[in-house]
Amino acid sequence: MNQVAQLCMDTEAEQRLRALIEKGLPLTPRPWLTLAEQCGMDETEVMATVERWQSEGLIKRLGLVVKHRPLGIRANAMVVWDVPDAWISELGRCLAEEPAVTLCYRRPRRLPDWPFNLFCMIHGSARERVLQELDAIVRRHELDAIPRQVLFSTHAYRQHGARYISE
Amino acid sequence: MPHLIHQLDTLDRRLIDTYQRGFPVCERPYAAMADELGMTESEMLARLERLQTLGVLSRVGPVFEHTRAGASLLAAVAVPKNEQEACAELINRAPGVNHNYAREHDYNLWFVMTAADEEQLGRRLDHLEAELDRSILRLPMLEGFHIDLSFPIPWQELENA
Repeated sequence: MNQVAQLCMDTEAEQRLRALIEKGLPLTPRPWLTLAEQCGMDETEVMATVERWQSEGLIKRLGLVVKHRPLGIRANAMVVWDVPDAWISELGRCLAEEPAVTLCYRRPRRLPDWPFNLFCMIHGSARERVLQELDAIVRRHELDAIPRQVLFSTHAYRQHGARYISE
Repeated sequence: MPHLIHQLDTLDRRLIDTYQRGFPVCERPYAAMADELGMTESEMLARLERLQTLGVLSRVGPVFEHTRAGASLLAAVAVPKNEQEACAELINRAPGVNHNYAREHDYNLWFVMTAADEEQLGRRLDHLEAELDRSILRLPMLEGFHIDLSFPIPWQELENA
């Protein structure tokens, strides 16, 4: 999957643009123009580049990036499952449809230390709410027999999004 | 802090609900958003600035797809409780780290390590592993079923919390 990164070779100006917009768009009437001036492109080029990144899937969403904790969304559970390989893609797609599930990935087992291969994230206002949601999901999809663990987060040491270029 | 949500009026909430995705790519995007929600461009900019000051809005911008913007993986280490803080700090100082969380598990520190490519990613993890003197569980994504970080804010649930 990471070979894909090699396919979208950007120009230097585009790399500067990417580093800039990762930090956030300026809150000025013409943010694309401001960015264009900072990275040596013109406004039309900036907009075309951003649209291309969106259609290529490099940008998965563009908009308000909200901090959840200040809003009171404090419980964040990573639920991990040990799913038979033959069933994992189907179950992954089912869990991803659940409104409470915000992320759902397949990852490798690392035996003997780590037997779990399906990861999903459930957020909520409180631990009890998250556990209720999880119970409901387990019932709906009849997952009682699938070994699972719930890892609540107790502290966020760092929360910011990935920055690939500036580091 | 617990009552921050009460400082967000109906328009703030609609703004968040409507524009976690689909930010307009046009010359005057904030004017287009303002039109959609029935306010002026300067009101929109002032509202966004206020949300940022309140600490609700991290930024207006893109969320990049990790697997296409470079190399990254989820990593975990198991450290004794009394070393947790110190190890978390070491992890935070390592280049390319984000989303560094403590979780309730023997593997109690979880973070995402990023790099320009696989080779650099491996080197960064090897280096951190040596610094921590503990092996790092390396869990790259094999398949993404739902990889969008935006989700509908449960306003009602939060009001009642």
